[in-house]
Parts: sequence; C-alpha cells; structure tokens
Amino acid sequence: MEKLKTITSSAVPLPIEDVDTDQIIPARFLKAVTRDGFGENLFRDWRYNNNDVEIQDFVLNNPTYHGSILVAGKNFGCGSSREHATWALYDYGFRVVISSFFADIFRGNAMNNGLLPLQVSQEELDQILMAIEKDPETSIYVNLEEQVWNVEGKDIQGTFHIDGYKKMCLLNGYDDIDYLLSLKDEIKTFEKNQVVY
Amino acid sequence: MGKTLFDKVWDAHVVKSIEGGRDVIYIDRHLIHEVTSPQAFNGLRKRGLQIAHLDKITATADHNVPTINQHLPIAEPMSQKQVSALINNCKEFGVELYGLGHENQGIVHVIGPELGITKPGLTMVCGDSHTSTHGAFGNIAFGIGTSQVEQVMATQCLILDRPKTMRITIDGLLDPGVGAKDIILYIISKLTAAGGTGYFIEYAGSTIQALSMEERMTICNMSIEMGARGGLIAPDDKTYSYMEGRPHVPKGEEWKDAIRYWNNLVSDTDAVFDQEYSYKAENIGPMVTYGTNPGMGIKVDELIPQEGSSPSFDKSLQYMGFSEGQSLVGHEIQNVFIGSCTNSRIEDLRKVAAYIQGKQKAENVKVYIVPGSQKVRNQAMEEGLDVIFAEAGFQLREPGCSACLGMNEDKIPAGEYCVSTSNRNFEGRQGPGARTILASPLMAAAAAIEGKIVDVRSTLN
Repeated sequence: MEKLKTITSSAVPLPIEDVDTDQIIPARFLKAVTRDGFGENLFRDWRYNNNDVEIQDFVLNNPTYHGSILVAGKNFGCGSSREHATWALYDYGFRVVISSFFADIFRGNAMNNGLLPLQVSQEELDQILMAIEKDPETSIYVNLEEQVWNVEGKDIQGTFHIDGYKKMCLLNGYDDIDYLLSLKDEIKTFEKNQVVY
Repeated sequence: MGKTLFDKVWDAHVVKSIEGGRDVIYIDRHLIHEVTSPQAFNGLRKRGLQIAHLDKITATADHNVPTINQHLPIAEPMSQKQVSALINNCKEFGVELYGLGHENQGIVHVIGPELGITKPGLTMVCGDSHTSTHGAFGNIAFGIGTSQVEQVMATQCLILDRPKTMRITIDGLLDPGVGAKDIILYIISKLTAAGGTGYFIEYAGSTIQALSMEERMTICNMSIEMGARGGLIAPDDKTYSYMEGRPHVPKGEEWKDAIRYWNNLVSDTDAVFDQEYSYKAENIGPMVTYGTNPGMGIKVDELIPQEGSSPSFDKSLQYMGFSEGQSLVGHEIQNVFIGSCTNSRIEDLRKVAAYIQGKQKAENVKVYIVPGSQKVRNQAMEEGLDVIFAEAGFQLREPGCSACLGMNEDKIPAGEYCVSTSNRNFEGRQGPGARTILASPLMAAAAAIEGKIVDVRSTLN
C-alpha cells in the first residue's frame, strides 16, 4: 500500500446521496482476477450510455472538474462489499473521498488500500461543494498526520477523525496483514484455549 | 451490567486489543466465492503464504455462473476464466470447493446453513455483504473486502473496530400474506439505507421468535441494506432442530454440550444496547420499493411519498419512471425474479408454488425462479414443485446469484420493470437501465400472475 501524508488538489464534486458500490463499479465489470484497470469502468453507467458513448453532463466527463479528491453526498459506498469499488476509485486517480457519511465496509476497504475516507459534517460538505461550484479550480488541502483539512484561500476548514491504528497504517503504507502475521504466537495461544462448536 | 448476545460472541473472539481502539478478532469460518477471492489468492502467492486452517474455509461458485446448462463449459470467456481461477486456486491451496456440478454447490449464504457450517456463537466472514444472513443462527457474520479475505486466509484473524449494538423488537401477529421480507423492508423504510451504519443489530420479540429459520435468514440477510455490518437472532429450539443432523454439526455428546453452550447466547435481561427500536407486527403490510435504494419502500397500499425537492430523491424517481404521490398498485411489470440469498430457499419456493398452483403467469411477464442451491433445486423437484412452476409458465433455473446482481446473462432489459425477491434495487443492479421493485416471494408470485403490482392480500381467500 502507498503512503498517504498530505494531499493538495482540486476536487471533483458528486453531490449525490447513497452512492452505492454498484454505481462505483457495476457487477458485470467484476470478472477480472487481478486488481488492475478498474478505473476504466469507474461510474461506468453514469459515464457512458448503453452504446458506450460518454454522457456529457456527468461530472467525470466534464474537463472543468479534475483532481485526486472526490467530494460526494452522504452514505457514500453503501451496498456490496466489493473492494473493486475502492480499486476503481484509486486506479482512476482519487486518493481522498470527502463525504458527510460513509458506509462501513467501504470505509474499511478504502483504508486498506491507501484511499482516505474523510468524513466532514453536512454543513462543511455543503460549504466545500459550494466553493467548488463557484470556482472549479478550488484547491483542498488534507493533512492526515494533523487530521486537518482546509479549502485554500477560504475560511472553510476542519478536523477529521481516524483511529490511531489506521492512521499509522496509512501514513506508513502498512497493510493489516503485516501486523496480523506478527501475532502468530498470540493467535496460536488463542486457538488452544478457545471453546467452539 | 449484563451483556448483549453480540458482546458475548465478540468478547469470546478477541485475540488482542490494540492501541487506537481496535480488536484483533478470531474468525471461525470463512466462505469464499469466485468473484472476491482471486486477488486474495494472488496476494498469498506474492507473499509466499499458505491458508492457515483448511478446515475453516469453504468455497463455492455462485455469483458469476450461468443458471442453465451448468453441466456444459461456461460460454462467456471472462466468467469461464474467473470460475477456472477459483478451481485452480482451490486445488493449489487445498481448499474444499463445491463448484458447478457438485451436489453442495449454491449461493454461499444458502449452502452455509444447509451444510451446518453456520452455527451459533461463531464468527463468520465472506467477501460478500450479505454474509449477515448467517446471523439468524446467533453468530457474528459479516461481509469483508478482498484484502480482508487474504488476511483471514493467512492468519484466521481481522483487525476490527467494535460496532455499536442495536436491538429491533417486533411483537404481535402478522396479517396473512405478510412475511419476513415485508418485516425487513418495513424496518429499512423506517430507518433508511444508512440508519444502521456502525451497528450490529439484534432482532428480537415475539414476531421474530415465531419465524422459521428460513424467514430469520431473510431478515438478517438485509441488515446490510440499512448499513449495519450484520444482524443476529438468539438461537432457540427452532435453530437446533434446523441444524440437527447436518454434515458439519456436532454429534452425540458433543451436540448436547454444544446446546448447553449455545443456550447462553442470549442478551442478558439487564443488557444495554446503544440504540433500540420497536415495531408492531400489525402495522406491517406487504411492502414494495419505489426507488433506487432499499430504504425507499412503502406498504403496497400506500402512495410514493412527497419529499419536496431533494435532487437524489428526484433522480431516483426519474430513473424508476415513477412520480411523487403515485400508487404502485396496478402498475404493469415485465419481469419477475424469485431467487437470491434473501429468498431462494425451499420454503420460499414452496410458498410460491402453493400460491400459483392451478394459475398461469400473465402473458407479458417473464418469470425466473433461481433456487439457492442444488439441494434446494433437488428438493423442489422431489416435491413436484417443478411441475407446478412449469404449468404456470415459471422457469425453474439452476442455482446461482443470477439476476440479483446481473453478473451473468440473467439481466433485466433496460427500462423494464422487475418485481424481485432479491435485496437491492440500485440503479442498474439487475442490468443497465433495469428497474427493480423489491418484494416478498408471495408479492412477486402475485405480480407474475396478474402482470402488474397487486396487494397479495386482495387475492387470498
């Protein structure tokens, strides 16, 4: 996993609520057996019509908006547990998703892949979206170490929560599996004492 | 202070608590399938790791398989490649696989309980969000991502933050024609698609206790549709009689010991939940969804709510071709799908068969019945249900996830409506442009016969 410390980038606004992982990557694109190339089909059915022609008014097809930060409506990533959704966002180039609420499994998958789910209040989300609407080049600064973010040149800023363990993993690019493998003896002891049917 | 059922099972699985508030949780059973496992096997190979416990992992092929001619090679090349990868990976790492053609093959959340792999008190995971189904047996079961699939394969553990606890109590008697699917769609319509996020939900109350194991699985299955990691129901005699004699269940003295242990798996009377809700069974009616998330549901005799001008709500109704204040009763449909890990068990098929016996499907409707497993399909045929389905014009297919997620050929054409017993009505879930109306097996059967949405209660004697 790649390290993530600070990001300064313009952002792509997607002010839709309950964006589910079937929208992020439809099931028919889950047939690959590797982790690569999912970005091509990110938001496939919102980006392209049934004849594979770009839908012009979808934000990813609008060159006005670009950057490695996605700003989305509440309950982002609900639905299926497919980690392919995270791979697709990451492969496309996103490193941070800002929303006022994240679905649970998506949040975990994102952090396991170096993609930061940054939760802000609904009010903060509205302010960020409004700033981007006014000026699509608006730059957002995110600092994971300090757990702070701000909209550059504006009085819009805040802090965010992340648990200490996951923060350490993201900052250093550590996977959970490295830590789990180091617990071999403790796991063995647990197994020896466990009562299970 | 007493403990909740969830706390009892969680606490019994903490290998270690780590700084920052997370627990290392031991996982007792791991189910895998072809779609979310290949990258995990690749990861093991890359790191030179083996599977920690081959007796705790079971594989099947379900998401990406055809539901006709399963004895023939898979025609679609990408699907063929993915299913072959599962076969090769299982062979290389020594994992037991119930693949196509095997008598135990089926939807991962149908075969777990069927084979007795699913038991009270366990922790269970699968790279599939509907793993919550297994919680009907009083265990902690939840969906995970592929990175976590690899972690469980290699270490039998996961690093998790402890969810909060919620209890939903339902008391009273359901009306005829109203069942488990209606209960859960009703709850989700009240709590919304995000209302359970961060929680594990225990379902309790006299209505839940009166449900069969199949019905309890339907309830727990859809916990994720309100964002909850999982749902669970305390085990009781119904649980034990469903399990007894199944292949992976303890026998003899060990069975008696197990029941003694499982009988402690109830929430203590003084246990405190982080959140509680209660509903009356009498207020629940046959449910239908009108939007593009499972929280957008109404009783069939209600009107689509008038929410004002939320862009997400408007977008959703526009996709579905519905408008605010509209009734769905009488709305024509073109497809009916009876299947998925929510409603593809033998009891679901029996209910549908009993309802349609002697009736014919409407001419304009295509009806698929996709059983949850080979065992369900064989049982249905033994009971002669296949004859009833054929006479009514319902196609009985071979087992798999099928049109629930539209990964294989079983897709709903763009713009068409499908009354579906599955769990998600997301945009394009059943195929690009497909419009899904979630409902119970009985409501789906009634829609198939009438060719339109009807209140199943009005068709019962």
